[in-house]
Amino acid sequence: MTSELVQPYHTLRDNIQKRDRSLREKVVSLEEAPSFVNDGATVGIGGSTLSRTPMAMIWQLIRARKKNLSCSRCIISTDGDLLFGSGAANQITSSWFAQGILWGLSKVMRHYVEKNLARYDEWSHMGMGMRYRAGGMGVPFLPMRSMLGSDVAHVRPEVKEIDCPFTGEKLLLIPALNPDVALIHVQRCDAYGNAQIDGLQFMDIDLALAANRVILTTERIVSNDQIRRAPDQTKIPFLCVDAVVEVPYGSMPHECYGLYEPAMNHLDAYVDQVNGDPVEGMRRYLDTYVYAPKSWNDFLSLIGTEEVMSATRRGQSLFDV
Amino acid sequence: MSKSSQYTASEILTILIARQVKGGLVVFSGVGIPLLAATLAQRLGCPGLTILFEGGVIGAFVEPGKLPPSTNDQRCTKRANMVLGSADVLLLLQRGYVDIGFMGGAQIDQYGNLNSSFIGNWKAPTVRLPGTGGGNDISSLTNMIVAMKHEKRRFVEKVDFITSPGFIRGRNTRAESGLTHGGMFRVITELATFSFDDAERRMKVLALNPGVTCGQVQDNTGFDLIFDKSISVTEPPSEHELSTLRTLDPGRQFTA
Repeated sequence: MTSELVQPYHTLRDNIQKRDRSLREKVVSLEEAPSFVNDGATVGIGGSTLSRTPMAMIWQLIRARKKNLSCSRCIISTDGDLLFGSGAANQITSSWFAQGILWGLSKVMRHYVEKNLARYDEWSHMGMGMRYRAGGMGVPFLPMRSMLGSDVAHVRPEVKEIDCPFTGEKLLLIPALNPDVALIHVQRCDAYGNAQIDGLQFMDIDLALAANRVILTTERIVSNDQIRRAPDQTKIPFLCVDAVVEVPYGSMPHECYGLYEPAMNHLDAYVDQVNGDPVEGMRRYLDTYVYAPKSWNDFLSLIGTEEVMSATRRGQSLFDV
Repeated sequence: MSKSSQYTASEILTILIARQVKGGLVVFSGVGIPLLAATLAQRLGCPGLTILFEGGVIGAFVEPGKLPPSTNDQRCTKRANMVLGSADVLLLLQRGYVDIGFMGGAQIDQYGNLNSSFIGNWKAPTVRLPGTGGGNDISSLTNMIVAMKHEKRRFVEKVDFITSPGFIRGRNTRAESGLTHGGMFRVITELATFSFDDAERRMKVLALNPGVTCGQVQDNTGFDLIFDKSISVTEPPSEHELSTLRTLDPGRQFTA
């Protein structure tokens, strides 16, 4: 019996066998990184909502004119807008898709989904977690007790309800998700890909283990000696990482724990513009902020020093006592 | 509003939710009014109230004036006891560590089912809403207190889509679906406090907010409510409750 939905175990094992898992340098530039993502790939996105979004990488994939990506993220926000609006993705799997609680509904998501131009497949938040976890564990599914009885499960042909062979209780089986490639942004890692994540880790560890390929973007690259001084802080091991890209402020205009909060003025203006006109507003945003800049630093300068510094000051003083 | 004896709809809503909480409980909170209410309860004499966020936070103690814009922002971790992965914090619900879930809702029906996914038919929706987030997990696995704006279009006989299950189709249908624990405990609006009757599991009026009549509540509801013989009137917000709340949300981000 084969399944289109869940990758066969031998395929998952073969994919790992083919990867060079040695302790080797993997540093590439942001411009080179899209070569690790094929058109039509399934792409797992790290972070959550407005936090530790691998925004620079997504921005670069859009600039590289990637097409037909199927993306997944536990909770997706303006990054999902950009992926739909640019045509880079035509399908998104998530538990929640809007620009952020403060702004209400995403008119961009609504435009693409209500007009059948793209698909948003909804799972519960824990359902997303079980999908990545099963993927990371090398098992085809995990049982779960939520989603049962709801329409969230009824409209998902991928799930199966069973009676537990031990207790007879109803359980929902959640299929594994093993993305072709994961994009994860971290505070620091070494050139080999040993990644240290401060604060909220969301589903990034399971995602990194589940994916068949991992691209890390990092606020800074540190030495392997520094990693080895505090190995308990390493959350993603080098052996599941395929590329390392150093991108300071790589989550802007979203936040990165301990370093900066979101660039709220930029996001406010963004939401006004794209919700005002999800097609034309988005086209203007992409032209100005994604296609026109010469580099990521150039994009940051368009957000503005004032705004970036304000976000930095707020982020770095948040945990003062 | 200038005088503290006057209050907005969201202020009384927040205060009434905070009153439902006792010290020592473990609550799973959504952002916005639910978070504000949980934080308010901490300040009003329940410092031992443990707040969990789906972003992966155990024991948050949010700072006045610095309410997080979502349950996944770094602000949520301020003075917390622990941060962990999102799947792991949600699994605490499944294991049974959580007493109460606090959520807001867009649309609710007579059995307490919540819809935050689709307006209209899900195959061709009039409006595609953001979706469940952790809402489905929370309402599937613990007792819920839901904050709602009381409008006829939000209180409907049958939701277009069950995103977060209440009592499904009433009677035993929730348990029969495999949801053996939890369920809707209270719905709180700017007009009244509601619970669900034991047999049919339909929404009933428990207490009216000050100055509100039964007729007014029914008129703003799209299905027949059950009115108990003894319906109490809720104590109005005290000066202390209001002033504490206003220090938490000085910019009126959530209580305008």
